[in-house]
This record gives sequence, C-alpha cells and structure tokens, in this order.
Amino acid sequence: MIASRDNWVDDEAGPLVRPYAMTRGRTRPANRDLNMITLVVAAKDDVDTVTLDADYVAILELCRHPLSIAELAARLDVPIVVVKVLVSDLIELREVIARNPSRDVRVPDMKLLQAVLDGVRRL
Amino acid sequence: MVSDDSEAMPSAVKILIAGGFGAGKTTMVAAVSEIAPLSTEELLTEAGIGVDDLAGIENKLTTTVALDFGRITLNDRAILYLFGTPGQGRFWFMWDELAFGAIGAVVLADTRRLETCFPSIDFFEKRDVPFVIAVNCFEGAARYEMAEVREALDVGEDVPIALCDARDRESAKEVLVTLVEYVLSKQTLARATM
Repeated sequence: MIASRDNWVDDEAGPLVRPYAMTRGRTRPANRDLNMITLVVAAKDDVDTVTLDADYVAILELCRHPLSIAELAARLDVPIVVVKVLVSDLIELREVIARNPSRDVRVPDMKLLQAVLDGVRRL
Repeated sequence: MVSDDSEAMPSAVKILIAGGFGAGKTTMVAAVSEIAPLSTEELLTEAGIGVDDLAGIENKLTTTVALDFGRITLNDRAILYLFGTPGQGRFWFMWDELAFGAIGAVVLADTRRLETCFPSIDFFEKRDVPFVIAVNCFEGAARYEMAEVREALDVGEDVPIALCDARDRESAKEVLVTLVEYVLSKQTLARATM
C-alpha cells in the first residue's frame, strides 16, 4: 500500500507516499471496466517523459509489451486500485490501449479454451 | 480506448487457485508460472464497507489483502494468469472481481484440514465457476481414497478430483490440464443441449 520505490518520490518527500496521493485523491478509476487482468500496452513507441508525470511514465515504460493491471501493480509496488486510476487517465490521454477479458465468463470462447488447453499441455 | 475485441492485443484469461491457508496455493502457482510469482495488494476501501465480516477491522483504509499470481504465455494471442485467492473469509467481497473472467478454478485440499476448502467450494458452486479438487499430498498426511474425499467434500460426481504435489511442475500441470479439459467438456455439453 505504500510505494517504496525510490523513483516514485524525490528525496525531500522521503520514502513514503500515501497511495491516493499518486491518484490526487481519487479512489476509483473513471473507467469502471478495468479489471485486474485487463491488458495494457503503450500506444506510442516513445514515452513523453517531459510532459507526463513520473507515475505515468513508469507505467508506459513497463507497457511496451502487453501487461496486466495486476502485473503493473506488483511491479510498481502499489495497490491495484491506484494502477486502475492511472491507467484510466492514460486511456483518456490516448497513451495506452487496453483490452478487457471476455465479458461473459459463462460462455467462454471455445477457441480460447482450446488454446489454453494446448498451452498448459505444452508446459 | 478499452476494447473487448482488439485484434492487435492478446486476450487474458484467468484460473483461480483456491484453498485454505497453507494449502499450497502460491507453491502451485510458482510450479507452473513463467515468472516468479508476483504479489500485489488491493486496499480494503469502501468496496468492503457493509460486509459483515469486516467488523473488527480497525482501520479499513490501511487494510490490504495480498494476491499472489503467476503468468503463462499460451501463444501470441493469449496469456493465462493464475491467481492464488486469499484464504481468509473476510475477503469474500474481492472474490467477485477475482472470479470475473475466470475460466475455472483449482481448489487445493489439504486432507489434514479438509474443511478449510469448504468456503471456496461453496463460492464456485454458487457462481457456476467450474472447478476441480486437487488433493495436495503433504508428507505425513493420511492418504484417503478419492471416494472418501468426494464424500467428505460433498461435491458432485462430475467434479474431477486429482491427487497432486503442488511443488511439482508436472503434477501441477496435470491438474491444470484436468481443469481445462473439464471446462471444455462442460461447454461442449452445454452447447449440445442448448
């Protein structure tokens, strides 16, 4: 719940940041569809490190390849909800593309299930 | 843009690894994951307020629940995530999000404490999430016949029960294969009777 990575804060701020400070107090993402396995990938090849906040840049640099919200949270050592808020912002800024898991789990895609079966058999 | 069918992006699917505390959930995730299991936290915020079981948690805003998970890249179109579910009952409210997008679940049973997997079984039965029982064969645990385990857990005849060693990659893989075959057979059956 507390960011411990040094690059998230400057020296004066000290090592601790309240998670909701990173989201400017927001506890819910504007985009309510985001799930812990929503896959996120950077929309552009280059990350705009000048105008974007460091928190956004950190996400974009991890998302050169598709990465789930849960992985982002683990890699950045922040709670899932914080990543959801930041990714929601990045979607609005058109900096990332996100893909949600299939909406209806009751009717899973047979082709996808077959791919899962083939994949786990290959383990 | 959030899309459900973007062609350029792989799909993510999820399998849950459930069971009581110490049943070997994270061990099983580690046995098959292509990455060292990651741990992330979800804050208990207003989502949890109103849930009876939260009574007694003094500072809700600073309470977190840890989730351990691993990843298996299936092909360039699909990524499978394995999530160990928090064992403690007070985190039930999180399970709905955990179950969202889950194709199925493995309930790890420890024969020394079979009752610890009852809540998971109840949850998956109520939500119609297909699950298999994997009896983790701990050293020193008494060996039971499958029929005894089935009777003790009171699960349907069609629910597969497998013996496994959660530390062993091949054994954990077999459990996953059993689960996905079961999910596929249920789907095929459902489609045939539609």
